Amino acid sequence: MTGSPVEGTEDRDILSVEGLSLAFGGLAALADVSFAVRQGSITGVIGPNGAGKTSLLNCISGFYRPQRGRVVFDGKDVTRVPPDRRAGLGIGRTFQNVALFEGMTVLDNVKLGAHARLRSGILSTMLFTPGARREELELRAQVEDEVLDFLEMEHLRHRTVGSLSYGLQKRVDLARALAMRPRVLLLDEPVAGMNEEETEDMARFVLDIQEERGVTIVLIEHDMGVVMDLCDRIAVLSFGERIAVGAPGEIRQDPEVVRAYLGEESAEAAR
Amino acid sequence: MLIGNYKETYASDEALFRTPATRAWMAVGALAALLFPFLAGDYLLYLADLMAILALGALGLNILIGFTGQISLGHAAFMGLGAYTTAILASRLGLPFWLSIPAGGALATAAGMVVGVPSLRIKGLYLAIATLSAQVIFEWVFTNWTSVTGGIRGLNVPPASVAGFRLDTDGRIYFLIVAVTVVHFLLASNLRRSRWGRAFVAVRDRDVAAEIVGVNLFRTKILSFMVSSYYAGIAGGLWVYFTKVITPESFPLSLSIQFLAIVIVGGLGSVKGTVYGTIFMTLVPEVLKAGTGVARAVWPDAQSYLFPLRDVVFGLLIVVFLIFEPHGLAEVWNRVKRFFSLWPFAK
Amino acid sequence: MSEALVHLLQLVVSGVVTGGIYALVAMGFVVVYKATRVINFATGEFMMLGAFFAWTAMSALQAPFAVALLAAVAASALLGTATERLVLRPLLGQRTISVIMVTIGLAAIFKGLAQIAWSGDYRSYPPIFPRAPVELGPVLLPSRQFYPFLIAVAAIALVGLAFRFTRTGIAMRATADDQMAAFGMGIDIRRVFSLSWSLAAMTAAVAGIVVGVIGGISPQLGAIGLRTFPVVILGGLDSIGGALLGGIVIGVLENLAGGYVDPLLDGASLKEVVPFVVLVLTLMVRPYGLFGTREVERL
Repeated sequence: MTGSPVEGTEDRDILSVEGLSLAFGGLAALADVSFAVRQGSITGVIGPNGAGKTSLLNCISGFYRPQRGRVVFDGKDVTRVPPDRRAGLGIGRTFQNVALFEGMTVLDNVKLGAHARLRSGILSTMLFTPGARREELELRAQVEDEVLDFLEMEHLRHRTVGSLSYGLQKRVDLARALAMRPRVLLLDEPVAGMNEEETEDMARFVLDIQEERGVTIVLIEHDMGVVMDLCDRIAVLSFGERIAVGAPGEIRQDPEVVRAYLGEESAEAAR
Repeated sequence: MLIGNYKETYASDEALFRTPATRAWMAVGALAALLFPFLAGDYLLYLADLMAILALGALGLNILIGFTGQISLGHAAFMGLGAYTTAILASRLGLPFWLSIPAGGALATAAGMVVGVPSLRIKGLYLAIATLSAQVIFEWVFTNWTSVTGGIRGLNVPPASVAGFRLDTDGRIYFLIVAVTVVHFLLASNLRRSRWGRAFVAVRDRDVAAEIVGVNLFRTKILSFMVSSYYAGIAGGLWVYFTKVITPESFPLSLSIQFLAIVIVGGLGSVKGTVYGTIFMTLVPEVLKAGTGVARAVWPDAQSYLFPLRDVVFGLLIVVFLIFEPHGLAEVWNRVKRFFSLWPFAK
Repeated sequence: MSEALVHLLQLVVSGVVTGGIYALVAMGFVVVYKATRVINFATGEFMMLGAFFAWTAMSALQAPFAVALLAAVAASALLGTATERLVLRPLLGQRTISVIMVTIGLAAIFKGLAQIAWSGDYRSYPPIFPRAPVELGPVLLPSRQFYPFLIAVAAIALVGLAFRFTRTGIAMRATADDQMAAFGMGIDIRRVFSLSWSLAAMTAAVAGIVVGVIGGISPQLGAIGLRTFPVVILGGLDSIGGALLGGIVIGVLENLAGGYVDPLLDGASLKEVVPFVVLVLTLMVRPYGLFGTREVERL
């Protein structure tokens, strides 16, 4: 297995959720979910539709406030921290429905990802002071080198995102998250709706992000091939509960998992 | 025929005026603007001053609505706030314009901050109605706080002066107005391309995702309200030295609606569109006026129809643009440019 | 009964009566919003046109009041349908600011056309109701306020019941609540929208006639529309009962402010601004008003 490429990476849990419970009105989306994510790893979250996977990501990124439980990032309890501050701490995210800003170009969308780590105030940006100018040009260089070049999208930079194909839009979504220089990257169905070639490209990018930059990755996905290939560990949710967690090999054979996906008979067959 | 636009450094790609052609046009425009007062007649000068001030105010509204997606039906009230502040400081305390106008802008900015606070909880329709209420309440204060604002009689203000040189004609004040307006247009263009401009548009397009990606919604919306009302306040200050008298009737709801019309017809979110919209919406009534004047030869009653005709045409323009050209004149211009850039091979 | 108490009662009762008429105006907004989630900024102008239609029927065609009222309502119904078809339908699904602006544009068009057709002069209806003031105990009400109030309450009750109990009314509420589901149940959404605007225009026509009877008509009559926003918001944008209650509350508050506070301010009148202060407070504390339905923000 490839070694940890970033200096100072210990064997620790950079992110963990403890006893997360989330309900909307009377409907429980998450029930006492706990697991930990080791720094530098790729963790998959799978489960049938409606299992609560996106709700889990939403709790981690701060969009939902769980009724019970904690989210701990880098040793700090961030359960009460608002989403924009969590982004500033290094939790990046892509979205199931892509959620790009249709009125802007690819370049602007990606640059927006870095918003939280920029410092220019509104006055200096309007006056385009030397300080603001320097920050903007540095940002441009960074985005070009670290993101656009890496994801092979330089030729798209001035295109309006609305004119892009779905697969490319998903790549812009990923680019925007990378511009943040995240320490943890939450990917919500990164290869949904992609053809085989696009899927392979995306999988390659995800691996590169982990290996070359030491970013910890948590991904929700339905494509089992991708999940089994990429993930070091997998957590399985069903009806808001965590029903299994472990290495891909174990998960594949876990009867609870099989039952959740395929029903009783297949669980019997798996024994 | 421009085929490609190749840049070799990031700096040149990030520049405001990116092609030699654009820069040349800007230079020509600047020259024309400088020479205009010496060549134009009184009425044209008056119109030019009026349009510059309206464009400045409308740009502020465009930043709020076009960039950030918030709604305001009370923009004229902020202009009035800036105007009254400037007028009071100028007429009661004798402050010069280069103090009283920024002071007007500052007060309007503060008011924008206050009005913007609820915008986190109140959205869309409700925000529109809240800003409408602000308009009504401000108008009431202008009319009724007689000791400060002079009530319905309003305030008279001495003309601006620079080291003894009085800017008391439309031609002289032109330079001040146009200079301030052009500078603020440049500031807005800078804003659009910068960190905060991106944040504004992100809030407009998908505020939920924007927050998760790191944009503080509250701070961004408040800043947008503040910048928007700052522009209105400065426009109000300039208005004071332009007309030299203001009354509560100078800043009614219909002016707020006129700003909205300019922004929509010009193109929401487009800085250039604000210019097109202002020119268009100011010249159309002028054309109507000329038209009814001419028609009077054949039809003596024509001129009494001027006001209602203006209303009808104004309303029709809004309705027609919203139905057929929702992206406004800016989009029309883009289409024309695209057509000619490919001509004669265009479809 | 002491004079102070009579004064208070006079203010309150007169406020209730005025409020009932506000409520009738507010209904024009509520009906459109209830069925289509659109705020029609041209409601005032629909009112004004309805008033002018009735006036034309009475003065040019010598029709009696009841007939003129019906004719005006019918004409307004057609106007409402035409408006929805030509102007609102192309904008279906567009953002709020666009829809608001299109109704504002419509208001300007109507106002201008009315002035061209009927000139800007101020008109009044021939006398319709008995002249004598109405006595309710110690309180005296001018007849031109009291009878319109009765009409207003009747109209509000009628529309409210229609929404509650008729199939069309239920269809309208269903469409406003969830277009997709209503469509799935076989409701013809386009027809519902068309009917809603029709109904809204008819309501506005009655309101316009009522207001016109009280204070005369001119193309400026529409301005009262926006002045009624505080009532609409206080009651709840989609509540007819709320409009009635909101109208009464605002009417009474206005009168109390005018009666007790105004004399303390020299020259200024709090009456015009109190409703809007109430509006702002409502938006901050309870944006959906007394009886409006909460809107859940969907992701």
